[in-house]
Amino acid sequence: MLELGQDEIAKYPFLADAGQYLKDKGFTLEQFGVDPDLKQLISKAYERIQVAADGKIYKSDLIDNQVSKEAALPREVFSFLLAIVLLKLSGMHTLIKRFALAEARRAEKYLEKDLANISDESKNQLAVRIIDDLFSVKVKKLDDYFIISISDYLKHSINFHEREWKLINRHVENGQVFLTPHETVRLIRKELGTYINSKIVNAKTPTMIPGFEDSVNKLVSLSKKFKTFTVTTGEYPPCIKHAINILEKGENLPHSGRFMLATFLLSKGQTIQQIAPLFKNAPDYNPRVTLYQLNHLAGTSGSGTQYSCPSCEKLKTQSLCFATSECDNIINPLQFGKKKQ
Amino acid sequence: MNETEINFLEESFKKYYFDHSELIRVLERAPEREFGYQKFNSGMTRHLSIKNDKELHLLCMQNIPSDVYCSNAYYSFPNLPMNEKDWKEADLIFDIDAKDLNLSCRENHTVSICNECNEISKNSGKCIKCNSIKLEKKSLPCKNCIDSSKIEVSKLSEILINDFQINKENIHVYFSGNEGFHVYVYNSQFQQIGSRERSELVDYIMFHGAIPETFGMKKFKVNRSSFPDFDKSGWQGRFSKHIFGTKSKRPKIISELLTNGYSSFQKTLDNISQNIGVKIDPNVTMDIHRIFRLPGSINSKSGLAKILCENLQKFDPYIEASFIGDDSIEVLANCPIEFKLKNKKFGPYLNEKVTIPRFAAVYLICKKLASLS
Repeated sequence: MLELGQDEIAKYPFLADAGQYLKDKGFTLEQFGVDPDLKQLISKAYERIQVAADGKIYKSDLIDNQVSKEAALPREVFSFLLAIVLLKLSGMHTLIKRFALAEARRAEKYLEKDLANISDESKNQLAVRIIDDLFSVKVKKLDDYFIISISDYLKHSINFHEREWKLINRHVENGQVFLTPHETVRLIRKELGTYINSKIVNAKTPTMIPGFEDSVNKLVSLSKKFKTFTVTTGEYPPCIKHAINILEKGENLPHSGRFMLATFLLSKGQTIQQIAPLFKNAPDYNPRVTLYQLNHLAGTSGSGTQYSCPSCEKLKTQSLCFATSECDNIINPLQFGKKKQ
Repeated sequence: MNETEINFLEESFKKYYFDHSELIRVLERAPEREFGYQKFNSGMTRHLSIKNDKELHLLCMQNIPSDVYCSNAYYSFPNLPMNEKDWKEADLIFDIDAKDLNLSCRENHTVSICNECNEISKNSGKCIKCNSIKLEKKSLPCKNCIDSSKIEVSKLSEILINDFQINKENIHVYFSGNEGFHVYVYNSQFQQIGSRERSELVDYIMFHGAIPETFGMKKFKVNRSSFPDFDKSGWQGRFSKHIFGTKSKRPKIISELLTNGYSSFQKTLDNISQNIGVKIDPNVTMDIHRIFRLPGSINSKSGLAKILCENLQKFDPYIEASFIGDDSIEVLANCPIEFKLKNKKFGPYLNEKVTIPRFAAVYLICKKLASLS
């Protein structure tokens, strides 16, 4: 585990052992519920969650520099730790997710600053260490850039759907990808969020602490805002329409296209008997083989694995994507036509 | 294919397996790989574990397979069902096939065999005899097909070596035994990456998904100096060489690009991927559980062997990959296209009885363009 100074814990509170931290500072959770001075910190913690729920980043006293550092640093850490306690007590998973993401983005800002810090080598090294220890990404500095191996880059970049993150749109040289400090940190945002999320999920849920009830109840009503309903138009996406069209014309649809079509329709609840006739015009149609393969995809034969419909990204690589504006940045054909209400 | 022909091919293949056992070798770390094979007119037998050359030779002699396969993946338990194998890593493999290169020569040497009435013709749309559209295409690749595939292999190697820093010794190029090449990359940083990561490598190599900003074009406030120079590494340099041609033409072409604007630049990028991107089969590289034709084995689509190309530029598959004997065989040949094997010209044969060397007979029967009457 990393050795952290006071201001580092304030920047990266998720790296601290919460129980140990409280103990070191000489506090118990119960004190926060009764002591009027400490109780303010519960409101601060609630505020921290509320800001996150709104999709914003908690603006800390550290940035404003309005208060003295000695007072601000522990407050910063306490509000984080108390926020986790509130979240656990409320049991609202949507809020935990949002909070983890917002906290990740907050930490991202500091990581980026530390990474780009050329005057203080120790700050720079800490950031590199955090990235390596937590996410197994080895970052090296080269002139104004940070370089990481292509394979490490890909493990993270595949989670992005924006085209600028595709390897083709990166400076690649000698097996390495060149990134700015901002991009280096952005690359691990999702994992940072997941890391914080899992820390919260795995934390023990305390029993209700007197003085915490109000904030917990407020969180429960806050989370109701995020319930969504979806409706589906039922229309097929253009890639599926295209594949059906090819088959209807008796032209050859490549294996990958047949895989896409079959897995899509199976996911939409169609039966093998409904799907099989679609392939009868294929130049190499063999009813026995078609049934065998459909059963295999549905998981009713072979290993029992149910295959899922490939992502839009994969279909693009296979030249099976014929996206229209109606696709509306979906990432899997199965999402086509779904509208949030 | 009827029984007489299958017996004939099996006899010819068996002799090859026996006489050329030095060519039929397992790959490195064989005990961790999955093997499979097919027999003529029969399904695939896979999930086999083969530990060494001796076991492999035994399999070939006992089963006389039409095709033998071996995984690029390494598993803890290669002979268990797929989801119990425990995937560890996989070599990076690329497939370059002449049929994917949109070559103009293709129509001159491709024939259609009707699935309904077996009529063979050069007409590619529908059967001239029964109008069926269920046609099987058979191509007898020409020198141009092989040369064009070699160019793609060279383009691929350049990217692998320069952009991905892969040692030349770790890149092995094999003739596939039919119409193209398989490029194997061993011991690279990519051994452990999964299918989605490999698909990103594919897009990079094929020049898919490029955006204007990467190559100096912006929506607003475009700067002439942001277009890449010739000596830039990676795609920026290759793009620059392709689009500007010479240094003297650069300023004029930049002006044109600026006048045409952002969306036109995007179209240019999409279009040139056909020229500068390497034409690999994306599905092959993305698949980390596939079994590939084993080097040294015969490809039953042609009767030629899949072999390592030590010197790609000089390599001629129609001389170097044909290992079948040359005793005379009488066949009923229906091959409207001329072809060359072992420096001898054959055909065209218009449904006629001919006596030809065994290697040519095997080639035609594998292509379903001749029978033993």
